[in-house]
Amino acid sequence: MKTSLPSIEKVPDCCRGGVVSSILPLVLFGLLCLAWPRVVQGKVFLIQWSWVPSLDLTLAFRLDGLGLLFGLIITMTGFFISLYASSYMAGHQHLGRFFFYLHGFMIAMLGIVFSDNLLLLFVFWEATTILSFLLIGFDHHHKTARENARQALLVTGGGGLFLLLGILLLKIAGESMTISLWAASGDMIRDHALYPAVFICILIGAMTKSAQVPFHFWLPNAMTAPTPISAFLHAATMVKAGIYLLMRFHPLLGGTSLWMGTLVIIGGTTALWGAVQALGPCDLKRILAYTTLMALGILTLFLGGRTVLSLTAAATFLMVHALYKAALFLAVGSIDHQTGTRNLDHLGGLLQSMPLTALAVAAATMSMAGFPLFFGFIGKEIMYEGALAEDMFPVFATIATLVANSLMTAVAAIILITPFLGFGRRKMNPVKEAPWTMRLGPAVMGLLGILFGIVPEWVSEHLIQPAVFSFHPDREDIRLVFFHGMNLPLVLSILTLTLGSVIYRYRTFLRHRMNTAIDRLWITTPGLYQSGLDLFLKSAGAFTNKIQNGSLHFYLFIVVFTLVVAVAWPWLPHIPGILIFPTISGPLIAMGLFAFILASTGVVVFAKTRLCAIGGLGGVGAGVALTFMVFGAPDIALTQLLVETLTLIFMSLVLLRLPPMDAAQKRPRSRTIRDACLSLGAGLLLTTLMMGMLQVPLDRTLTAFFEANSYIAAHGRNIVNVILVDFRSLDTLGEICVVVLAAWAGVTLIRRTKEG
Amino acid sequence: MESLLALVVGLMFGSALFLMLSGILVRFVFGFVLMGNAVNLLIFASGRLTHVNPPLIGFDQTIPGAPVANALPQALILTAIVIGFAMTIFLLVLLYRAYDQARTLDADQEPFLVEMPETSDQQVSEKKEQA
Repeated sequence: MKTSLPSIEKVPDCCRGGVVSSILPLVLFGLLCLAWPRVVQGKVFLIQWSWVPSLDLTLAFRLDGLGLLFGLIITMTGFFISLYASSYMAGHQHLGRFFFYLHGFMIAMLGIVFSDNLLLLFVFWEATTILSFLLIGFDHHHKTARENARQALLVTGGGGLFLLLGILLLKIAGESMTISLWAASGDMIRDHALYPAVFICILIGAMTKSAQVPFHFWLPNAMTAPTPISAFLHAATMVKAGIYLLMRFHPLLGGTSLWMGTLVIIGGTTALWGAVQALGPCDLKRILAYTTLMALGILTLFLGGRTVLSLTAAATFLMVHALYKAALFLAVGSIDHQTGTRNLDHLGGLLQSMPLTALAVAAATMSMAGFPLFFGFIGKEIMYEGALAEDMFPVFATIATLVANSLMTAVAAIILITPFLGFGRRKMNPVKEAPWTMRLGPAVMGLLGILFGIVPEWVSEHLIQPAVFSFHPDREDIRLVFFHGMNLPLVLSILTLTLGSVIYRYRTFLRHRMNTAIDRLWITTPGLYQSGLDLFLKSAGAFTNKIQNGSLHFYLFIVVFTLVVAVAWPWLPHIPGILIFPTISGPLIAMGLFAFILASTGVVVFAKTRLCAIGGLGGVGAGVALTFMVFGAPDIALTQLLVETLTLIFMSLVLLRLPPMDAAQKRPRSRTIRDACLSLGAGLLLTTLMMGMLQVPLDRTLTAFFEANSYIAAHGRNIVNVILVDFRSLDTLGEICVVVLAAWAGVTLIRRTKEG
Repeated sequence: MESLLALVVGLMFGSALFLMLSGILVRFVFGFVLMGNAVNLLIFASGRLTHVNPPLIGFDQTIPGAPVANALPQALILTAIVIGFAMTIFLLVLLYRAYDQARTLDADQEPFLVEMPETSDQQVSEKKEQA
């Protein structure tokens, strides 16, 4: 997926707003540096405001060694990436949006590593999910970008829900929501019956975010984001959030054989799978993406240990990786930006035209490959020590680390040698060196890789040790040293370099074999994801088509059926008590009227023609009006007669222009019977309800008030009229409004018909 | 007396529902009018049919002399009749308009039944992108 940027000549060199906005991460970095010396001394900064106390949700922040390490990495890469992007993205039409997302993403990530409250952590966690969705899909006019953004959102968002579930289970198990209070609870949670459930939920949250097999596939696809974003996602944010989570939970949940075994297996598998796949593609960015998978796997692998050595290896490699990965991504972005391609087969000989970028890449890849003098070497030594010190599966861990590191060395060589020293198959156009804003980041980070390699003691004392101490209880001294002496790790390191060069030698052959082997896999997680998504959308569509089919009959039937069942369910037990057999009593004329109404109703129901039905309706209306008359309501009888007449006139007018009733298809007999049963049931239910209502004593308070005050207060002798125009005149106003609105709407509809 | 009326109302209501369920829009309007009448009768009966004198006050009186019919439900029904009338007319115009558009008043036929378009966004060919 190419970010379709035109070549450098056509666009402005640099976006000034982007440079200015880089001040934000720089300031944050400076603030962290201010707190740094105190954190090294063991101080933990805690800040707290109340937010939603009823949910245990507080705005609680905590700055300890681990948070500091992450915070420094995030703000430093954030600064360089923002600076870099101001040139890389120059001329893009949505620059403001871009920098807003970028800095928002950084702040959300800082929120994760500084949260002291688990629910707050979850809020920031979801914020990174949403912002990464926006960033991956930043080039939203590309279909691939949209789809990959959605994939990342679904995978990491789904994992986020598991994380929330895990947090809630933790709360149910009686654990505190505040990270700072965990030390007090001891082994309580590890012995709790809910422990496996909590562990699995939190693990799935971390695995989806940190792209562990089998949830790894979204990460390489997230490469559709603009390169600065990829660099940020891979080196400092997003995927590191899962690693951070595992580190944070390590003192609480870690140390059990379930934790150790699962993490070592998953981490080792991810590392191997990522490293093996890194040989496959020709796209430089994609190669880097797979090496990130490998790095994340290695980190998870080491977090599976419980010794200081394993955890130190994790923390050290975290730094090593952040430094070289950000530098490499940015350098690859520069190559892409200056030459217009990232394809290995088309690149070559860039050393002359981009010497400074070449130097930065050289430093970063040397660190990645783990040559002596570079920080990566220190990292690799401690990695082997850590792997050998694993409690569970140390042999597997060591072999996985060895193979992954060898492949990493080979990949480092590919990234360094092919574009800068090799000869591209296609003649390259003259290329200019990238502007300073794009060189600064890789240069500084490459330099740090060398510097840290020379003074490892300082790094271990000021960064690694405070970080490890904040998630490991044992105060064992941690020392990274330049040379460990002749021991097994050194032998393994030498073996790594040798194996790496062998793999580099046979890279073309291996790439070919790799790609055919992957093509032959009959089941893959991305395939499963795709078919799952397809199935979901298809069944949702089918379901919607089923229940929202536009059939009036279907809708009405469901509504009436639900109503009947919902009312009848609680009402049925009361029916025997209130049921009276209707007796023929009272004025004879009323009996006659009832019979007339029922007969007219029958005429409406069974009428074959419209005229007949209208006649029946008239009969019903007249019958009802006369009933009102008989029982002392002349006013409504009058109104009813008038309205009934008007209704019939209008109805006849309209129906004259409509097709006859029997133009419609005949309904199947079964449907008619079903409808009749339901209607009859609903009608009889209403009868019983009405009988029940009639047995409740009548409350005449209101009526008595109206009777008493009708003349005295309102000077009217017709009580019904007084109620309508005086006591409840606002109701009447509302009624008039309804009539006017209906008339208005009717006129509008008819006029449109005539125009159309 | 009232229990007999309850039966009448129930039968009217059931018939109205049956008409509305038929799916023929003209019959739907008939059912709507019928249901309005049934409900008005129900409200009327809720005030009881004990007294048959209209709720009027004689010229020489300040309150009704003899017991009169319940005035409250009558006021309510008066409002209900007028609103029901407005709704019926509106429904008739809708019917007219629907026929103008659809050329049929059978709600079980084509233009009234909608089918959601199939989502075609999903034919993604990234399966072989990576494993």
